[in-house]
Amino acid sequence: MKSVEEIKAAIESAVPGAAVEVVPNPGPAAQHSLRIAPEHAIDIAQFLRDDPELALDFLSNVTGVDWPDKEIAEKVKVTREVKKMVDGPDGKVEQTVQETVDETRKRVEPGCLEVVFHLYSIAKTHGPLVIRMRTKNRSDQVELPSVTPIWRSAEFQEREVFDLYGIVFTGHPDLRRILMWDEFKDYPMRKDYVEPDDFEYEPTPHDEVLKRAQKHKGREQQTGIRDQERVAE
Amino acid sequence: MSLAETKSEKVAGWNRPPVVEPDGEGELLEVAMGPHHPSTHGVFRMDVALDGERVIRLKPVFGYLHRNHEKIAEGASYLASMPYTDRLDYFCSLTNNWAYALAVEKLSGQEVPERAEYIRVILAELTRIQNHASTIGFLLQEMGASGTPLMYAFREREKILDLFESLTGSRMMCNYMRFGGCRVDVSTAWLDATRKVVAGLPGFIDEFEALLTANEILMARCQGVGILKPDLAVNAGISGPMLRGSGVNYDIRKVDHYGIYDRFKFRVPLGDHGDIYDRYMVRVLEMRESIIILDQALRDIPAGPIMDPKAKIRGFRPKPGEAYGRIEAPKGELGFYLISDGGPNPYRYRVRPPSLINLTVLEDMCLGQNVADVVLIFGSVDIVLGEVDR
Repeated sequence: MKSVEEIKAAIESAVPGAAVEVVPNPGPAAQHSLRIAPEHAIDIAQFLRDDPELALDFLSNVTGVDWPDKEIAEKVKVTREVKKMVDGPDGKVEQTVQETVDETRKRVEPGCLEVVFHLYSIAKTHGPLVIRMRTKNRSDQVELPSVTPIWRSAEFQEREVFDLYGIVFTGHPDLRRILMWDEFKDYPMRKDYVEPDDFEYEPTPHDEVLKRAQKHKGREQQTGIRDQERVAE
Repeated sequence: MSLAETKSEKVAGWNRPPVVEPDGEGELLEVAMGPHHPSTHGVFRMDVALDGERVIRLKPVFGYLHRNHEKIAEGASYLASMPYTDRLDYFCSLTNNWAYALAVEKLSGQEVPERAEYIRVILAELTRIQNHASTIGFLLQEMGASGTPLMYAFREREKILDLFESLTGSRMMCNYMRFGGCRVDVSTAWLDATRKVVAGLPGFIDEFEALLTANEILMARCQGVGILKPDLAVNAGISGPMLRGSGVNYDIRKVDHYGIYDRFKFRVPLGDHGDIYDRYMVRVLEMRESIIILDQALRDIPAGPIMDPKAKIRGFRPKPGEAYGRIEAPKGELGFYLISDGGPNPYRYRVRPPSLINLTVLEDMCLGQNVADVVLIFGSVDIVLGEVDR
């Protein structure tokens, strides 16, 4: 198969205006991937499937990945003015001095949700080509175009990604929860998911479970609602 | 309507399920087949709309066995997920082990010694034979042949499970493979016992085929029923015997040559019509090819270590990166996608379940057929709910 750089060039010449970025894989597997912009995803997908040389007709795997907001601590050299008492001609005098100090600043890198596709070609028996797409953020702009019209195998897998990660695939014919029940509200595969503490009845609670059960019992008596109902709300 | 939505409406070659119009008068009958239906192989539901006996609409409903295997694996170390992969497709725990070990070996760049590769091939092919035999047995059970074919299949399966038990300590939850090799070495006595079992398998398949292949009822119920066209099969990501039953020549053992499959001579059986009968025939012929592979592997197995000496069991931390490893499991393409951030747990752990993805075309195959055939079509897909729901 062509290298990812060649495929990137082929996509850019076939789909004008498509933004494609090579994401290198530092591990020994060296399966490098291409990150595409969601705006051109349908055109790129159609090109990848129908191009006679690539002929990636088999979408093997659709995966969601959660990248939460990352707090990065950076050490920055800051110059600031400090007032100091300096020995002057007539006793101590206050004077402003320039001083450089190291300061730790925290910067939040916004997170996103990512979907990863593994494509193979049955006609040419090559692959995999790894394609990635990212949402704008993790809260309100989580739409990505669905590739189900191009590869039918995405139908259930996109439903699963929607179910567990909360990525909304526009253009999907039947986007419903697939593994969790329909009334469920949260997205369990996200890294910041907190599970309710009474999903299961624990007949002989001890240690950690006992503590959780007692805590839960107290809360139930306080509020009068069970945790399950709280989730359903 | 967003831009993407309007675009996707116009995409050429969208393989939607066909629309079947009811032809009679009166209302459609809505039937929930399952979740506790003997033909659903576990807890699985099909919401079927019937016009008389014809299926007008069919929606599969999953999730009854969901335990979020992927989330649990992300909270555990790499090795701790190995026994849990047994529970995915509990008929074929050894191939699940292999797929996971292969993905981790790709992720960490480990080598596998030759003897371990041979042991893996032997165990995977034994798994394939017992899976296909029981699948055919269950299919016949659903056709109304109560007991007999299934018991014939289980008799042979039991011999193979005895081999698994004597080697790994467990009949079904084997937990045998490790990153860079296998857990325990096989003994000469075990290899001799395996040779003896394998020598008896062709006779079993001959007997099985004499009962079934030309059986009038089986032919009447299976031929021309549940047809899957090859272009739809490829587009819908179908893999394994279902894909080859539709005549698409794609076997990952031949394509990827993972392990040492390039050393063995075997053929890939293909179907012609893509109906239930072809899927049955492909499975029977695959068992015969598996025996041929087993004969070669048991003849050529070398002496040597079974673990990569550089393999690290404790404190195993692959370098940051990602890998997708896949094998030809008995049910289809079983893949594991792992992302490592350099820590002791995988950052992302994803199972590509063949059982779930093979169900994508269940509706397409069943529409317009009789409701009694739905059970057979479903049986010919060969799923295990532990893997569908994860």
